[in-house]
Amino acid sequence: MTQLFSRPSSLKDVQTHFCPGCHHGSIHSLVARAMDSFGIAGETIGCASVGCSVFLYNYFHIDVVESPHGRAPAVATGVKRARPDRIVFSYQGDGDLAAIGTSEIIHAANRGEMITVIFVNNTTYGMTGGQMAPTTMPGQKTTTSPNGRNVVNDGKPFRMAELLSNLDGVAYSARIAVNSPKNIIQAKKAIKTAFQYQVEKKGFAFIEALAACPTNWGMNPLVANERVGNEMIPYFPLGVFKNNDNL
Amino acid sequence: MNSLKKKFVKGNEAVAMAAIEAGLRCYFGYPITPQSDIPEYLSRELPKTGGTFIQAESEIASINMVLGASATGVRTMTSSSGPGISLKQEGISYMAGSELPCVIVDIMRSGPGLGGIDASQADYHQATKGGGHGGYRIIVLAPNSVQEMYDLTMLAFDLSDLYRIPAMVLADSVLGQMKESITPNPYIAIPLPSKGWAVRGTGGGKQNIVKSLYLGDGEMEAFHWKMHARYKELAEKESRWEEYETSDADLVIAAFGVTSRIARTAVEMARAEGIKVGLFRPITLFPFPEKGIASLSSRCKRWLTVELSTGQMVDDVRLSVARDAEVSFYGRPPGMGSLPTPEELFNQIKKQIL
Ligand SMILES: Cc1ncc(C[n+]2csc(CCOP(=O)(O)OP(=O)(O)O)c2C)c(N)n1
Ligand code: SF4
Ligand SMILES: [Mg+2]
Repeated sequence: MTQLFSRPSSLKDVQTHFCPGCHHGSIHSLVARAMDSFGIAGETIGCASVGCSVFLYNYFHIDVVESPHGRAPAVATGVKRARPDRIVFSYQGDGDLAAIGTSEIIHAANRGEMITVIFVNNTTYGMTGGQMAPTTMPGQKTTTSPNGRNVVNDGKPFRMAELLSNLDGVAYSARIAVNSPKNIIQAKKAIKTAFQYQVEKKGFAFIEALAACPTNWGMNPLVANERVGNEMIPYFPLGVFKNNDNL
Repeated sequence: MNSLKKKFVKGNEAVAMAAIEAGLRCYFGYPITPQSDIPEYLSRELPKTGGTFIQAESEIASINMVLGASATGVRTMTSSSGPGISLKQEGISYMAGSELPCVIVDIMRSGPGLGGIDASQADYHQATKGGGHGGYRIIVLAPNSVQEMYDLTMLAFDLSDLYRIPAMVLADSVLGQMKESITPNPYIAIPLPSKGWAVRGTGGGKQNIVKSLYLGDGEMEAFHWKMHARYKELAEKESRWEEYETSDADLVIAAFGVTSRIARTAVEMARAEGIKVGLFRPITLFPFPEKGIASLSSRCKRWLTVELSTGQMVDDVRLSVARDAEVSFYGRPPGMGSLPTPEELFNQIKKQIL
């Protein structure tokens, strides 16, 4: 009997704390597969952020440092500058990276820090109970936009992958989704490429992963998964916005 | 020995020189007067030693870069003043919560708000009581000369590594900006515990996690009691102070940093007139030299605390003295023209004594 599918070796064999249908788990798995494919887990340091993904260390068998809310790119800068021979990545939510941490991500990207950033955009503040995020869709109801996001009052959602691709310091920027087998295959390739940039010392790489948060969207997992395709992808197009070395 | 040749340098430069000598690998900072000589010096000299200098986008970013570098086990430092130190508080709290060592240099300027660049001691409470959230303490060292700016910076690295508590060198714009002749002593390594907790990649072995999130039943409480015990140990072993002319004193002045220099001159003026005054100068502000004050005040009952504020350290002096000792206070809140003269302090001494 051939085994077609197995747990990536850099992930621990543990139960998940994520809600049913949450995409954080799928994204974790792709990050782990990328590490496995380069055999780098033992030399990788993860910078966890504040949000539902803070428990990075419970899932990945790698060294992890916890960062204050939004500051993971600065923490990752410190780690990488102190240990340039290590692989360093941050894993951040949209509240973390695109609201409180905008300054840190833009400057880390602009300096061209040799790190990989995994940015999980689920259009809400998952951990704190579904408040409006900078990526919340126009009209989307959240606990702090009860009548739907009003773009006159709140502006329109950030498109971080495009925004960062405009900086000279950024070598690679892509947006992915894990809502369908086809998209997962592309996502897997993009995340691997994002780590390859660092492995080959070719520069700062950024992945924006569109993700479902069924719990705070008030949807069941299937409907939430569909929303990613129906509502998010039209506003946040998938694709590679920068690929300096055509990796 | 070449490095023992005297050097005529600014206090801020002495800090930077000592940091390099003590093995600083990564410095992260942001410009603010009156501490900018530190990043300026290190931007020039640190890369020559193979170290990393980054001018961050903010004080928030710089303290978090320090957090990241420290987590990997290297010696790392940041420096700032007033508003910049306020911005660093969240990061300092995270480092305290993660038991990460580092050195933070605070060259105090006046405030609140934008304030001014004059010497101040009004950030004493912020520094010594845990300036961020959650209930923690950091080691606080208070130099009063350029030589001590050098020596205490080295000590700050050692104590921070030894106790896994961030350490602050707390000075002011006078100490940062003035030039004095110093002996740049070589760093002598002391035995320090290995940093087995650092994140350097598992290498396939044990996973290291640097974190301050404690959600398990009783975990957070246990952390606080553990640190409480460590702070006590710190007080037992590391409290430092200097006494001058205290053996027969009828009145003791308590002062730290730049104020202690002015007070010392005032003590000399008083002694010249036969008035028996001494000086008690805390060198560690945290741990506060409670025992030194307690034992001196069991004999000398009259104390005068002098500060460049409306009174902060005086609270700790009052808590430390023997019950029947009397502590009065003379303060000049920081700002242009508020540095007291020795004559002014001498007059205060006479008021107390006569
Ligand atoms: C300085 C600070 N402000 C606010 C919070 C509270 N907080 C925790 S998680 C979070 C938002 C997380 O949302 P996101 O980054 O989108 O991650 P998600 O949980 O959705 O994956 C906030 C605001 C905090 N921990 N620190
Ligand atoms: S709240 Fe949302 S983001 Fe957080 S674990 Fe649940 S589904 Fe995932
Ligand atoms: Mg989110």
